[in-house]
Amino acid sequence: MKVQFDDVSMRFGAMAVLEHISIGVEEGEFLCILGPSGCGKSTLLNIAGGFLAPTAGSVTIDGDRVTAPDRRRIFVFQERGVFPWLTVEGNIGFGLFDLPEEERRRRVAQYVQLVGLEGFEKAYPRELSGGMKQRVEVARALAVNPDVLFLDEPFGALDSITRLQMRSELLRIWRAERKTVLFVTHDIEESVQLADRVVVISARPGRIQRVVDIDVAHPRDLSSPRYIELRDLIFGEIGLAHQV
Amino acid sequence: MRRALQQSGPSIEHSTFERIALPLLTAAIVTTIWAAAVKFSGTKIFPSPLAVARAIATLDEKSLLWRYIADSLVRVFAGYSAAIAVGIPLGFLMGWHESLARAINPLIQMLRPISPLAWMPLAVIWFGVSNAAPMFLIFLASFFPIVVASMNGVRNVPPMYLQAGRNFGLSTSQLMIRVVAPAVLPRIIVGLRLAFGIAWVVLVAAEMIAVDSGLGYLIIDARNAGKRYDLVVAGMLLIGVIGLLLDTGIRAVEKRISDQ
Repeated sequence: MKVQFDDVSMRFGAMAVLEHISIGVEEGEFLCILGPSGCGKSTLLNIAGGFLAPTAGSVTIDGDRVTAPDRRRIFVFQERGVFPWLTVEGNIGFGLFDLPEEERRRRVAQYVQLVGLEGFEKAYPRELSGGMKQRVEVARALAVNPDVLFLDEPFGALDSITRLQMRSELLRIWRAERKTVLFVTHDIEESVQLADRVVVISARPGRIQRVVDIDVAHPRDLSSPRYIELRDLIFGEIGLAHQV
Repeated sequence: MRRALQQSGPSIEHSTFERIALPLLTAAIVTTIWAAAVKFSGTKIFPSPLAVARAIATLDEKSLLWRYIADSLVRVFAGYSAAIAVGIPLGFLMGWHESLARAINPLIQMLRPISPLAWMPLAVIWFGVSNAAPMFLIFLASFFPIVVASMNGVRNVPPMYLQAGRNFGLSTSQLMIRVVAPAVLPRIIVGLRLAFGIAWVVLVAAEMIAVDSGLGYLIIDARNAGKRYDLVVAGMLLIGVIGLLLDTGIRAVEKRISDQ
């Protein structure tokens, strides 16, 4: 297992946020952590990223216990995490400070291209749309060549059309780079479109309610019976009738 | 919604003509009213614009004009630079270490509302009749706004920036230089401009004691030595114009930084 959660529990004071989370993530897997707002899924990701220490249990990556943030595993926020004082190039090269200039430039150019921002290298974030800023952040994370990416509702602030585009972009990049991805979302459709497996977390205190294998080949047909079946299964699991 | 507004293109650009011609027009009107008021009221005390212009020319002939301006600027910049050199690092430390802020902030908030001019008697005792006394007052005047702006700036750096910096393996000192400093710069510049405005106001009062040169001294000396109100008003105008020029300069720097 690449990432192993071992009986992780988290309390903030008297409030139990997560209880007994145990699950393994395979190398190269795309895992979605799905749950209602406030269920502790972001907390779980922050624990895996080394930004929070769990109250009990542990997370190990490649067999080593996670105790602090590490450049081999990068956390991607909503697009607000890009540095407004740096250009697109400056942001993407941010983590490459210990590389020689030549190598740095090559790497930055490579990832500018991967996320489709050619021509915007010298632009500042305020000149970019939300979707473009999100690409900058993904490129900044990938440029340091991490093994694991943690994405915390990365497309939550985007409009629904851009969000759809960004999902297929992310899948394209994931196939090209083969990173292990842990993706937190509260969007059921999003999780079924993206993930190899969806971990459904219950309302607080968050526990693993169910793990659903999404056995639909990419590119996924969003009207295929299997897709709809899995989606409805998760809707039911979360306790929502699929009707408005 | 806020983001949408920010992205909605540049604000309405005023033409250069309007930016320069309109203020000049105002100046011309005010000067005309001033001249007319002096003439028709028949005052013997308040000088006409022409008399003030002559007074400035006389100062220039006696080569006092530039010396006074230079002396005032040196005092302001010395006190102001010292305030920056102490205030920004202290503000950073207080913003970063909450316990330090808890310990020092009440003291700062207590000293801050005391007018720097209230320190004058003490400044004269401590520094005597020298440049150091007004510099000390300038330092006090600009120190507090700079410390407070730096501290609040560091406190308000979005936690995501810090988390991202740490994630990419930055040490605390690297984090300060590469993340915290650029993130707080716009806020600090605003603090610096505010501080400079206060420093310039305090300078004039500070030069009325302890020194025998500078624009503040010019005013008090012109009054004491024969009620030369043309020189008094000349001194006031010089202070105003130089203050305006310096503020414009700082604003230009501020705009360049926030445009980045």
